[in-house]
Amino acid sequence: MPTALSCAGFAIGLALLSAVVSLFSARMPRLLRVLATPLFSLAGLAALTAGLIALVNGDVATAELPLGLPWLPWQVRLDALSGFFLSVIGVVSFAVGIYALGYVRGFEHGRDSLPALGGFTGLFLTGMLLVVLADDAFLFMVAWELMSLSSYFLVAFHHDHPANRRAAFLYLLMAHIGGLAILLGFGVLASFGDGFAFDAIRAAELSPGWASVAFALAFFGFGLKAGLVPLHAWLPEAHPAAPSHISALMSGVMLKVAVYGFIRVVFDLVGQYHWHWGVAVLAIGSLSALLGVLYALMQHDLKRLLAYSSVENIGIIFIGLGLALLFMATGNEVLGAVAFVAALYHSLNHALFKGVLFMGAGTILHATNEHDLEKMGGLLRRMPWTGLFFLVGCIAISGLPPFNGFVSEWLTFQAALQAWQLESGVLRSLVAIAAAMLALTGALAAACFVRVYGVAFLGQARSRPVRRARPAPLSMRVGQGLLALLCLLLGVLPTTFIGMLNAVPQQVLGHGLSQTTAHGWLWLTPISPRVASYSAPLVAVALFVTLALGLWLLGRGIRRVRRCDAWDCGFAPPNPAMQYTATAFAQPIRRVFGLLFHIDESVEWQPDGQRRHRLQVSDRAWELFYLPVMRVVENAARQVTRLQSGSVRVYLGWSLATLLVLLWIIA
Amino acid sequence: MTLAAWGLALLQALLYVALAPLLAGWIRKVKARLQNRRGARIWQPYRDIYKLFGKEARMAHTASLLFRAAPYIVFTATWLAAAAVPLIATGLPTAAIADVIVIAGLLALARFFLALAGMDVGTAFGGMGASREMLVSALAEPAMLMAVFTLAMTAHSTNLVSVVDHQLASVDLLRPSYLFALAGLVLVAIAESGRIPVDNPETHLELTMIHEAMILEYSGRHLALMEWAAQLKLLLYGTLLANVFFPWGIAQAADVGALVLGLAVVIAKLALLGAALAVSETVLAKMRVFRVPAFLNLALLLALLGLLSHVILEVGV
Repeated sequence: MPTALSCAGFAIGLALLSAVVSLFSARMPRLLRVLATPLFSLAGLAALTAGLIALVNGDVATAELPLGLPWLPWQVRLDALSGFFLSVIGVVSFAVGIYALGYVRGFEHGRDSLPALGGFTGLFLTGMLLVVLADDAFLFMVAWELMSLSSYFLVAFHHDHPANRRAAFLYLLMAHIGGLAILLGFGVLASFGDGFAFDAIRAAELSPGWASVAFALAFFGFGLKAGLVPLHAWLPEAHPAAPSHISALMSGVMLKVAVYGFIRVVFDLVGQYHWHWGVAVLAIGSLSALLGVLYALMQHDLKRLLAYSSVENIGIIFIGLGLALLFMATGNEVLGAVAFVAALYHSLNHALFKGVLFMGAGTILHATNEHDLEKMGGLLRRMPWTGLFFLVGCIAISGLPPFNGFVSEWLTFQAALQAWQLESGVLRSLVAIAAAMLALTGALAAACFVRVYGVAFLGQARSRPVRRARPAPLSMRVGQGLLALLCLLLGVLPTTFIGMLNAVPQQVLGHGLSQTTAHGWLWLTPISPRVASYSAPLVAVALFVTLALGLWLLGRGIRRVRRCDAWDCGFAPPNPAMQYTATAFAQPIRRVFGLLFHIDESVEWQPDGQRRHRLQVSDRAWELFYLPVMRVVENAARQVTRLQSGSVRVYLGWSLATLLVLLWIIA
Repeated sequence: MTLAAWGLALLQALLYVALAPLLAGWIRKVKARLQNRRGARIWQPYRDIYKLFGKEARMAHTASLLFRAAPYIVFTATWLAAAAVPLIATGLPTAAIADVIVIAGLLALARFFLALAGMDVGTAFGGMGASREMLVSALAEPAMLMAVFTLAMTAHSTNLVSVVDHQLASVDLLRPSYLFALAGLVLVAIAESGRIPVDNPETHLELTMIHEAMILEYSGRHLALMEWAAQLKLLLYGTLLANVFFPWGIAQAADVGALVLGLAVVIAKLALLGAALAVSETVLAKMRVFRVPAFLNLALLLALLGLLSHVILEVGV
């Protein structure tokens, strides 16, 4: 067996072992922390190694597992695309494992079931690893279900809250509707090919009509799992309900597995490109990006906010994928590769900074038991390291130089700005509008994360537990810091990392980025140096050198600055209640984009003469999409109940009739 | 890229820092004249900055380290953004390091820290300023990007030097996209540099402040850096308008004569723009904060129209 693949197998083995070890932690709670969590972390490291080897070598390794059905053995394959997503899963799992060393300690003395936490976390990782390794539809679906089901139990982990049980059920339901669509999509593809193996599907000749059906099913199924608007409403319910390190895995990594599935099916297996697919993906992606960030701005529960921001980032990734489809369909392969790489790079980046941010939210929860922004404040002084790493995550997710989020948004813009090469004026203007929506999204994301950081970490504490927060244990800081450091590295040395990524478009699209990395590690030039260039290392060096120079000239060492009361235009000394709240901060934006939200605002008179202001901002996807579908399903169910007469003879009659119809169809 | 080109780039970067207070002083002077006052001399902003550097910086008890670091970050990021905009000459290696999207990114980085610094002390006005600033920028930044994208798409490059070269070489300037983008960028420049009718740099009337509310708690050298950064940003937007939309006169060769001419021309253009700004600030009144989104939506719409009219009407003709 080739080394990369055996390394991946080793990772799966470690993940399973971690799950098995956790089963014994009911008796010995320490086992989870001492053995199961380090094993999980090592599994992540092994997956990262396997992925990097596959990416750098660029060769394809396949193997047949002695599992599955006798006539349908499971096949695995490690190519550049799986290698890339294996590394994404690996790096975040590694850091989450380190973080969890400190985080799971909080559960040791609680009533929560430790075997369930450790066991399903191990199975969850196993499922994700197997999805990206699967080389036939059968194993893919089994692994997909393993991933969905084990994460369901993690969402339902804190099941004593009714809201969490509801979120978990919603998650299970949505995961299965999505899984059904994916299964049907594979059914369409497999019926044209010779079996369920991906090689056979790849070789099949599909008519454009059936290819579009397969595309639509895959887009629906994977889009549902990835949380695209308007299917996203389950995501902000489910992801925050899980323990925070699991939220980091779900938002950072599991959504990427859905992106992987979409790329694998649409770009690799179907292997055709149609411009109307690109338009659909581009439109849904832009909509998700914009609405995701606007809804994120309205949240004051930190983890919910982060989950909505995942919707936004998935939207940005799909903008890149839509552009790639559009350019490939119109024969602009180089531009297709640029957009494709932008989407891949953003997938990696989002996994990193969303990991940092969810870990930060977890640290706050761990230290203060608080997840409401309105009760936080001043945490930077209570937990400086967590505050610093969280700041890195906020800057990176807002797409600001010199961090990694900026690079992928820059690449997406560069691809969109080549729209003039398209033949059709309609397509050109669609791309231009998508670029405008991406620009708006970026600016709103910055507003959103200024609000998060300013309210949670700056100012003064708004509640007692927050005022007395203690710094996080070392392992939690290390796990978070590792990903924060990677955010900086990927932002400062993008050319090196994109050079490593280049094997993926070469394999999937048959066309790599020849120009992007051609001018040395200093320069990132997606199309040519004349069209656009960005030297992230030089910008970072200039930024740090000028900053250091300024501090040296003006600061003259760390001079003590005299402290005084805040001036605040000479009013009474400010107290914590006078600070701007998270809701107040977002109020102007709520007013400008009011039409997009369902706002329920009222002022009630209390019996004692005081007035009480209530504000509820909810997601329009519920009333516009989920509730109508639910009503249709309920009505259909009510119609079907007419069959339920209670008489066995009638039921037998129906069964016989169904059998006859089926026989008639087959004959 | 030779040593001379890098030297020129450094010279331009230093020129930005040196000229920024002058533009602010000039606008104040013209405004005072329009209001029948004599006004302070146009060197006054230099004196203010010098005076502030000499004064002691004080900080509130509740301020964190971020409050101290923010002025340096804001100034540095704004300055680096400015260094990539051609001021007197086009042969600029910095434009290759940072294209126009990076410039927008650096300005956004500066704004990010400015808004955070406003929220750091935990006063009501700081949060108010930060909230409003992020509202303004959320609408103005995409408008700015759209306006510049219009020109970038015309020139097939996001490198500002290439854009300026393309402008200089093109014959039919009065394209619809060009006019829309120009109008959009003018509105953005007013909003982003905090001028009337969006914000008033001279106000300390509590409820109308945006920029001033965020830097309310600063003093001494910190305040000097913040003020200087704001002046740099104004100069940056002025240069963007002057040199990208009206690039004539900019030095294309690196000989002394062309450079001196380039400097004279850009100072003349900026003086004109500054005077126009002073006139408009004298004639217009500041808007209510909730009228500002309408103003910015207009900018966004104009910029988007510019981009759309380019991709629909002008490509492939």
